[in-house]
Amino acid sequence: MSITIFVPGDAAALALGADEVAVAISTAAAKHKLDIEIVRNGSRGLFWLEPLVEVITEQGRIAYGPVTVADVPSLFSANITRGGKHSLRLGDIETLSYLAKQKRVTMSRVGVIDPASLSDYRKHGGGKGLELAQSMTSAEIVRLVTDSGLRGRGGAAFPTGIKWKTVLDTTADQKYIVCNADEGDSGTFSDRMVMEGDPYCLIEGMAIAGLAVGANKGYIYVRSEYPHAIAALNAALDSAGDWLGDFQIEVRKAAGAYVCGEETALLESIEGKRGIVRSKPPLPAISGLFGQPTVINNVISLASVPDILAQGAANYRDLGVGRSRGTLPFQLAGNIKYGGLVEVPFGLTLRELLYDFGGGSRSGRPLRAVQVGGPLGAYLPESQFDTMLDYEAFAAIGAVLGHGGIVAFDDTVDMAKQARYAMKFCAIESCGKCTPCRIGSTRGVEVIDRIRAGAHEQIPLLRDLCETMTYGSMCAMGSMTPYPVLSALNHFQEDFQ
Amino acid sequence: MLNTLNAIFAKHRHQPGALLPILHDIQHELGYVPDLAVPEIAKELNLSRAEVHGVLTYYHHFRQSPPGKHVVHVCCAEACQANGSEALANHAATRLLSGDIKMEPVYCLGLCSIGPAIQIDELKLHARVTPEKFDKLMQELEVRS
Ligand SMILES: Cc1cc2nc3c(=O)[nH]c(=O)nc-3n(C[C@H](O)[C@H](O)[C@H](O)COP(=O)(O)O)c2cc1C
Ligand code: SF4
Ligand code: FES
Repeated sequence: MSITIFVPGDAAALALGADEVAVAISTAAAKHKLDIEIVRNGSRGLFWLEPLVEVITEQGRIAYGPVTVADVPSLFSANITRGGKHSLRLGDIETLSYLAKQKRVTMSRVGVIDPASLSDYRKHGGGKGLELAQSMTSAEIVRLVTDSGLRGRGGAAFPTGIKWKTVLDTTADQKYIVCNADEGDSGTFSDRMVMEGDPYCLIEGMAIAGLAVGANKGYIYVRSEYPHAIAALNAALDSAGDWLGDFQIEVRKAAGAYVCGEETALLESIEGKRGIVRSKPPLPAISGLFGQPTVINNVISLASVPDILAQGAANYRDLGVGRSRGTLPFQLAGNIKYGGLVEVPFGLTLRELLYDFGGGSRSGRPLRAVQVGGPLGAYLPESQFDTMLDYEAFAAIGAVLGHGGIVAFDDTVDMAKQARYAMKFCAIESCGKCTPCRIGSTRGVEVIDRIRAGAHEQIPLLRDLCETMTYGSMCAMGSMTPYPVLSALNHFQEDFQ
Repeated sequence: MLNTLNAIFAKHRHQPGALLPILHDIQHELGYVPDLAVPEIAKELNLSRAEVHGVLTYYHHFRQSPPGKHVVHVCCAEACQANGSEALANHAATRLLSGDIKMEPVYCLGLCSIGPAIQIDELKLHARVTPEKFDKLMQELEVRS
């Protein structure tokens, strides 16, 4: 029987040489006359160990990493195919503490299965949610999702079930399910990992959403920076056969505008227009894509649904704290020693993520600032590291969890420069519809430049400008850019002196 | 060029909101979206030229002039900044000042734990790129082309 060896095809693993390692492994196997099958799985999300190679043995899935091409001959001399001893041997993957300490729910199959195989997906529990949904009424599905307590994972944390109910209750000949896979936030990659590592889970979630609201057409809007995710989704859809019944999904490639992650700009973009934010009302749930009622959800929101159906609402709701139910796949990024994907129930502290999982900075210097929730999220100083990972606890300190991206900086960071970058990013990415955002961000860059050059009396002007942006902008691009700017100013004043 | 355009148009004729997919296909085939394509697209989709031009220029991804032989995207977003991407971007800009490899900034490639990250020719990814590693990669590119 052939031996199964996993070499991740995830973009992060590829960036670290996984393709070359896969070639070296198949060459070495041929040389040793070993019958092997290489599966290109997703990534487990332990990026300091990528390329992380796993072998199915009697003792479990034995992991080796990080593997380079140069290591492959010695791995074969050490009998890697039977889980042999080697300095890169990490043991049974499931026992690695970084993974064992997590609670993988939404991401449970990522890195485990062959993302290109529907039958492997089903063998690992996939498909049960859709099967159940097919035996339920729309209203029952919506109630179950509402009961699970799931809130949108794209940033705004709006209850998913309530959004679906609005679409269900709006009558129309055509409704749509749109998946927001624009994942523009720096420090985030969980959407990418799902699309590359478990695409059928997202597809199943969309089909369930279709049954829940009466929609038979779905779009996945994926950022153009993710060619591997686009390929994985298209491959999965091509071999889905009649699994989805009459529900159809089309993958749409975005074109590099951050603001197109905003839901109404995204809809404009699918319609073939400039990605300019629409004024609300009407809500997309009532008049969305091509003017029809539309569910628009983030990848993680939709990918959480199959498990919620299969395991029941209570199972999901029982995880978490307060009004933050279930799990969030956090992403540890930036200057962090053990960067990667950490899916845990809400309720840990930021400090636990940064140190118990992340191991502190990559550079070995003290961590000074951590930006949570992407480019529109606040910078937190050390004194706030004990904040609980919970939407409301973060709101209470003027911060956001957003899509769960956590970007760590060590003590060499210049926070005035980071504040300037936040304004600059807003100036580059603003859709231009409203003045506070379009003009305010450019003025913001100029004011910060003057402050950095010594004009401290301009600090009140910067605060004024932030207030105008906060209250005068139409969407979060303009209204939340002040989060990183003001948090930098408030917590790291010395950098503005 | 007209043949290329017509083949692309035919492929998207029944797709609602086909403008972005059409622009992507043109750029994929030709490397950029030439001015001459704009009136053709407008005619095909029953839009005004101004509308097509507006969309084409709105999105960072679309190019209106031929790119260099190779394009290197250097991530300039926060998580890569935390790992020294500014120094890398400055180095890359100087290194690529002459020659036909062009550098463009990109705001996140989804490799935020292993930055600084770069992407070559919109596909090939590299992580933890130091200036030395960057030079090596560019040398390989130059040799290949
Ligand atoms: C400027 C801006 C960018 C956004 N980018 C994204 C994104 O990349 N992905 C995403 O899921 N949501 C993004 N959002 C949030 C969406 O507008 C919307 O809330 C989300 O798609 C709803 O899905 P959810 O309820 O499942 O979170 C962005 C919002 C703004 C204002
Ligand atoms: S806040 Fe900025 S991005 Fe949002 S609608 Fe206004 S101009 Fe556009
Ligand atoms: S910030 Fe550079 S890859 Fe995400």
